[in-house]
Amino acid sequence: MTVTTDRATARTDVPPAPEPAPFPTGTQRLPLAKAVNLGLRRALRNDERVLLMGEDIGRLGGVFRVTDGLFAEFGEDRVVDTPLAESGIVGTAIGLALRGYRPVCEIQFDGFVFPAFDQITTQLAKMHYRSQGRLRLPVVIRIPYGGGIGAIEHHSESPEALFAHTPGLRVVSPSTAADGFTMIQQAIASPDPVIFLEPKGRYWEKGDVDLDAPLPAPHGAPADLDHARVVRPGTDVTVVAYGPTVATALKAAEAAAAEGTSLEVIDLRTISPIDTATVAASVARTGRCVVVHEAPVLYGTGAEVAARVTEECFFHLQAPVLRVGGFHTPYPVSKVEHEYLPGLDRLLDAVDRALAF
Amino acid sequence: MSSTASAATGPLTDEDLVQLLTPAGERVAHPEYDAWAADLDADRLRAMYRDMVLTRRFDLEATSLQRQGELGLWAQSLGQEGAAVGSGHALAPQDHVFPSYREHGVAFVRGLEMTDLLRLFRGVDHGGWDPAAHNFHLFTLVIGSHTLHATGYAMGVQRDGLVGTGDPARDTAVVAYFGDGATAQGDVNEALVFASVNQAPVVLFCQNNQFAISEPTTRQARVPLANRAPGFGIPSVRVDGNDVLATYAVTRQALDRARSGGGPTFVEAFTYRMGAHTTSDDPTRYRTAEQEEHWRRRDPIDRLRTYLERTDELPEVFQAQLAAEADAFGEHVRTTVRGMGRPAPSTMFDHVYATPHAVVDAERAWFTQYEQSFVDDGRETAGGHR
Repeated sequence: MTVTTDRATARTDVPPAPEPAPFPTGTQRLPLAKAVNLGLRRALRNDERVLLMGEDIGRLGGVFRVTDGLFAEFGEDRVVDTPLAESGIVGTAIGLALRGYRPVCEIQFDGFVFPAFDQITTQLAKMHYRSQGRLRLPVVIRIPYGGGIGAIEHHSESPEALFAHTPGLRVVSPSTAADGFTMIQQAIASPDPVIFLEPKGRYWEKGDVDLDAPLPAPHGAPADLDHARVVRPGTDVTVVAYGPTVATALKAAEAAAAEGTSLEVIDLRTISPIDTATVAASVARTGRCVVVHEAPVLYGTGAEVAARVTEECFFHLQAPVLRVGGFHTPYPVSKVEHEYLPGLDRLLDAVDRALAF
Repeated sequence: MSSTASAATGPLTDEDLVQLLTPAGERVAHPEYDAWAADLDADRLRAMYRDMVLTRRFDLEATSLQRQGELGLWAQSLGQEGAAVGSGHALAPQDHVFPSYREHGVAFVRGLEMTDLLRLFRGVDHGGWDPAAHNFHLFTLVIGSHTLHATGYAMGVQRDGLVGTGDPARDTAVVAYFGDGATAQGDVNEALVFASVNQAPVVLFCQNNQFAISEPTTRQARVPLANRAPGFGIPSVRVDGNDVLATYAVTRQALDRARSGGGPTFVEAFTYRMGAHTTSDDPTRYRTAEQEEHWRRRDPIDRLRTYLERTDELPEVFQAQLAAEADAFGEHVRTTVRGMGRPAPSTMFDHVYATPHAVVDAERAWFTQYEQSFVDDGRETAGGHR
């Protein structure tokens, strides 16, 4: 790729990039934020058409430092500090994608995605359809989402249902460092636009990451991006979670096991498409299902899971599918957010109600 | 430009427009832009005249087809042929166009099969042409959103090193067309920001046709629209949009600046929408017959015809051939549109995603089976081609 030297904005105060360090190998124990960082780094190294765009992602490395060090390695034309304008970020990313680039946009916080909502839902999601497949929009929108970090308003929301309700978008959320590393690369490799929801409350939680994991097929079908995973087998109740609530569900399973109840925990991983088959197969075994997410329950992902499980598993069900999540309020002030968020107790309460039928 | 509108102030003033051809068809000199129109010989001017005449014929046929129930809606370009054709002629083959939904004249100049534009308005397609075939992007109905796509595309061109190479066959510019109403949109303002800070090779071409549906430009702005761009660090120019020569010259200069690495330009083409916003609205509710008559006397096609006749460059044989060509074109448009079949309903599931999506696949399978059930019952299928 040649970058024109005629740009009036070309900086002269950026030191020449040092020779990049070898990409780390082996299995390492990493926090989720670092795993996503390494996934981005690998994607940037492997495909010169990949570029990152967002507010403060360059020199600062992003407000959560997820892009830390990438500006120094790849330069300002590939790790682009943009104007403070979310619609502009996504809208110009669409244009860059039409030109053959693979932009990865960072929206700084969940509550700030809405200025870009029009570009995402009316333009990014529909251009492949409107063009009868002639145009492809391999754009990733990274959004740190969810609560529990003591932030002020607009910094803790869970807008996944708004995007999952929009045909043309893939909506995914990793819950572990390993998935953060691989799924971001799969999202970038996807020919479809992907809303990539990063559970910011879990950014610092560590997990084993296989840094030698095979790369996704270049720009092919991201098959692994479509499947839920049973992360803990069990026999009494299926708990469906994704993103930040997977860890909550695993803790609940530990607590329940101490009381003699066996929970099967499913990490949905992808919200659109939703992997109904994996969920239904589990519920067919357990007969009970509880869905847990941080977003408001009303019209949420849990409603979709409940409806699909009811359709698929009606004769297996021993209890109605129950939902645990946020209330139908704006995200509350941080001093009470832990009462709003679905924690261990609320989840175990739902498990008890399911078992009581 | 002298006119009864010259007393207007604010965004409707017409006192500082670049003009090379008066409404009376007289060529007037311009110290800066004559040079950019110097290559317009008689053949080229006749070509522009033809393109305007055929664009208008297409537009009138489409309007009639809508009235006959053959199109669900039509956005007329009547009266704006000068700005579209003039700017369209300024484009190089490698340039890229991100149009509004009214740039039929630009599409014509770019060589699109014009009936493909009507697939959207007939409801058989959301965009019936290949954007790559003529570097002419799909129409976008969300006002102004495509100005960001154009700017991003231009940033890509810039990254590809296709700006300022000095090779006229390689240097590439991007044009975004939008209306006066769009200038009030946030996206257009964000496009100006991104274009400016990146010095993107994009021309932001505003067709100020003076109405956003029923709202006059005075509801969008208090100053000429072109005045905004310098505040973003983008040079701008106001041009008489009903003067095809001036529009050509101004756009050519702006494109040259973009291709050579000089960054973006904002062009305001001051024109008038003689028709309705779309076939759904009624202009008599929001404007006067006097105003329309004022603009009828500034018609871009009449203006160039008068000039060519004055200079003996419009022989009768050319006019007769053009009239015959227009009639044949009209017949082609009518016949083609009426022959556009209904797509099979199951095609609604096609191309939602580039890769398989389990939910869409399941819904397609269910729908196909559901449709098939009517056939099994001996009843007529709900879908199929007409």
